[in-house]
Amino acid sequence: MSEPRQPESASVATRSGERSWPLWEVFVRGKRGLSHVHVGSLHAPDAEMALRNGRDVYTRRQEGVSLWVVRASDITASSPDERDSFFDPAADKVYRHPTFYDVPEDVEYL
Amino acid sequence: MTLSTGARLSDTEGMYGNDVVDPTEALNASETPEFDEAVAAGSAAEARDGASGFDALIAADLRVEPRDEMPDAYRKTLIRQIAQHAHSEIIGMQPEGNWITRAPSLRRKAILIAKVQDEAGHGMYLYSAAETLGIDRAELLDMLHDGKQKYSSIFNYPTLTWADCGAIGWLVDGAAIMNQVPLCRCSYGPYARAMIRVCKEESFHQRQGFEILWNLVRGTAEQKAMAQDAANRWWWPALMMFGPPDTGEAAAPGGHTEQSMAWGIKRFSNDDLRQKFVDMMVPQAQRLGLTLPDPDLRFNEETGHWDFGPIDWDEFWRVLRGDGACNAERIEHRVAAHEQGAWVREAATAYADKHEGARRHEESAA
Repeated sequence: MSEPRQPESASVATRSGERSWPLWEVFVRGKRGLSHVHVGSLHAPDAEMALRNGRDVYTRRQEGVSLWVVRASDITASSPDERDSFFDPAADKVYRHPTFYDVPEDVEYL
Repeated sequence: MTLSTGARLSDTEGMYGNDVVDPTEALNASETPEFDEAVAAGSAAEARDGASGFDALIAADLRVEPRDEMPDAYRKTLIRQIAQHAHSEIIGMQPEGNWITRAPSLRRKAILIAKVQDEAGHGMYLYSAAETLGIDRAELLDMLHDGKQKYSSIFNYPTLTWADCGAIGWLVDGAAIMNQVPLCRCSYGPYARAMIRVCKEESFHQRQGFEILWNLVRGTAEQKAMAQDAANRWWWPALMMFGPPDTGEAAAPGGHTEQSMAWGIKRFSNDDLRQKFVDMMVPQAQRLGLTLPDPDLRFNEETGHWDFGPIDWDEFWRVLRGDGACNAERIEHRVAAHEQGAWVREAATAYADKHEGARRHEESAA
């Protein structure tokens, strides 16, 4: 996830005491053949309105053929503080890369 | 006039383009190599990702992402700047929104509605970016409504005639693009990404403004005078949009420029961007046959730039402090719109709660 935030504290009350709508993260599939990509967030009272608002905010110029909306509070993200220990195990497995292997140079299509 | 047909729906340039200029020629900064470079720089920075820690990220010109550690002052500076930018977009809906019911044709009306809707959209992208810094949108709106956060003072000038819609698109959006293209390379990832979206869309805004003026200057003598009058009134405020000078008496006391440049939030000084803007706009004004209201404007063979006369910084500070023609009106209108929309927000919340309750009930029954 590129932009998960801290888990939302319930919802913020505005000055007028009005309860603000929950935050939704929006993902757009730009065109057939591409995966959904995170584009930003918005506030909406429910999933259906989040989809409609997502269409209006993020696809006014046909930037998408499919939309996902996910409640921001439902996203679990890895922590940047643990980035090294979390992703390090991959670093010492060089044999996962094709360049690790010694093969004769004159073999084609290998 | 009816809406033009034959629009290629897959190509917004075709949809909103016009026949007055060579379409391959860059009309504004969002169509220039600088814009493409900024976008490419973002991708290149991502590819080099390896550094960690705030200072290392900044030194390597990499993007800072929401959950990275960052100095409190960096976070506060960004919240202030992005919020002010977001507020400018939504307050910026008003001067042109003022002309939607009086647009001179259906074509112009449809374009104006789309443009004002874009401004709302730009505000939404920016509030979204600001919220990644740990502040809620509702708090930001409260601060706008209470006058605790500002918006660009350009929107405190009135739109007196239809030509003002042309001058805003051409000059105000032109200046905004000049300011915003470098922000596509801002060190804070969500802000940079929001600016890339905004810049792509601003291009249509500037072209439609130019087209309005282009039509007026080829019209009756009164129409041409109207275009000239709009250019007279918007030229200097547009130059002020780049902010106070970097040096000299009028420079902002305790300005943030130096720190923001060190943090990679700001890439060019106010005066550099202002000069680039003047250099870009003078030839366009000449093409329109409009006279820019500056007797000192002349090309400097030595520097290769257009020299321009002194800017009235007293006016800038006066309007910024609240003494512009429309400051009170803009905020009153914004607050009224927010308050009058409260029942809609409440009804949608009640509907969502009701259906969420029903869903939970079904789940527990199953």
